[in-house]
Amino acid sequence: MTRFTAWNVFWQGMTGQKGWSRQWRDPAPKAHYDVVIVGGGLHGLATAYYLAKTHGVKNIAVLEKGWIGGGNAGRNTTIVRSNYAQPGNREFYEHSLKLWENLSHELNYNVMFSQRSHVALLHSPGAIDAASRNYNTMRLTGTPDAEIWDLPTLKRAVPHLNYAANARFPIIGAAVQKRAGTARHDAAVWGYARAADARGVDILQNCKVEGISRDGGRITALDTSRGRITAGKVAFAVAGSTSLLWQMAGLGGLPIESHKLQAFVSEPLKPLLDQVVVFGMGGAHFYISQSDKGGMVFGGDLDWYKSYAQRGNLPIVQDVAEAAMSVLPCLGRVKLLRHWSGLVDMSMDGSHFICKTPLDNLYLNAGWNYGGFKASPASGWWFADLIASDRPAPMIAPFDLKRFERGLQIDERGAGPDCKLHG
Amino acid sequence: MLRIACPFCGTRDHSEFSYGGDGSVNYPALDAALEAWHDAVFLRDNICGRQVETWQHVHGCRMWLLVERDTMTHEIFSVRPAHAGLATVLEATE
Repeated sequence: MTRFTAWNVFWQGMTGQKGWSRQWRDPAPKAHYDVVIVGGGLHGLATAYYLAKTHGVKNIAVLEKGWIGGGNAGRNTTIVRSNYAQPGNREFYEHSLKLWENLSHELNYNVMFSQRSHVALLHSPGAIDAASRNYNTMRLTGTPDAEIWDLPTLKRAVPHLNYAANARFPIIGAAVQKRAGTARHDAAVWGYARAADARGVDILQNCKVEGISRDGGRITALDTSRGRITAGKVAFAVAGSTSLLWQMAGLGGLPIESHKLQAFVSEPLKPLLDQVVVFGMGGAHFYISQSDKGGMVFGGDLDWYKSYAQRGNLPIVQDVAEAAMSVLPCLGRVKLLRHWSGLVDMSMDGSHFICKTPLDNLYLNAGWNYGGFKASPASGWWFADLIASDRPAPMIAPFDLKRFERGLQIDERGAGPDCKLHG
Repeated sequence: MLRIACPFCGTRDHSEFSYGGDGSVNYPALDAALEAWHDAVFLRDNICGRQVETWQHVHGCRMWLLVERDTMTHEIFSVRPAHAGLATVLEATE
């Protein structure tokens, strides 16, 4: 692997860009690995990276049924934030945001992390009160960049929004996290893959798990499309398909349903929107940012019914377009470039799982709902810690499968046990 | 867009309906053990393939329906009233 340095970039520029090596190897699967991570997305690769780097684990494989960057890593709206108020969530996502802040240096790969502010629009005095409570909680618990903006401040910062006084939901302020922003989703997953590979992790693409062999309370081997692999420890990080693997291991039900979430990108425009803007009111849900290429990247709600199909349906396209027009009417004549649908694990309380399982050597990372992208560095960090030490650190102790039995759900939205409502 | 053949109203777009959830969940007796309630409320098989699920025709007759649907292809195999007894009563009064 060639490191990215100012000198290397200059020299390759002078010599026709012919000296770069491939970003990660394409090794043949070995018969045995100490740790096998199923799922070559952001979470799986970040886990492999921190296992190798922080915990010194050698002989790790990451199994990916498709190709790196082909799943949800390439199907999200790239928003990174930590504006959570529930205990457990707020510390976790703040840690993740801190990791994002140094990620380009950490990985020697430009993940284009842009801390451009996350602006959640507010439309009623009650919404300002609720947001003030959440954002004050953030300020008191280690997230100092939470602010409530009044209307003049918001108008100066984001001039193009629909500020009409007779709008269905007039904008009267915003809850803002200034260190939040966006990152290049492909770069993050490629960066983790490259950095993990450089530390000796075998990334096995087109390697689908087709069977799981158990010896009582342990997993002994995985039958894959590229042969049988025996494993010391096995880790699942396959959002969207978690239940399928879980049942393949003979473990029954999970507090998870698979739903699909659509995202959209428009044709490239000149610089228009400097922030991430979020609109959620009266059943509408809409979030938008502008990528460095100029495309408007936006999305809305889930498709509202369970599905494993990675294709979206048109009523949501209409919903999102209507919300876009109500918030940013200047987008009315902009053409849609593409839209796509990712498969997400919706959990029963809207929070994730990083935990041990009923099997001794199986570890679970799942249930990321809408929010897996921003969580991926901390997810990998703490999942690696769990796999290496075999005990959950206090940071992830609340996020186990038993929390429903204890009655200690971490329900940020207060939506109750209905997966589709946690969007 | 899914098209659901409501047995009371005819075939309509799915946007008239509200998805309920896995229709195969059997809720235990009120005095059943806590574990049984935990499993019924929180655990799901999350089937990839043919599943029976509940939908409510909220913008139509407001009846709850049991829809047999493939969660991968979205093909719908059958639609029937969730409460068979109620359907019988409705037919008898027509």
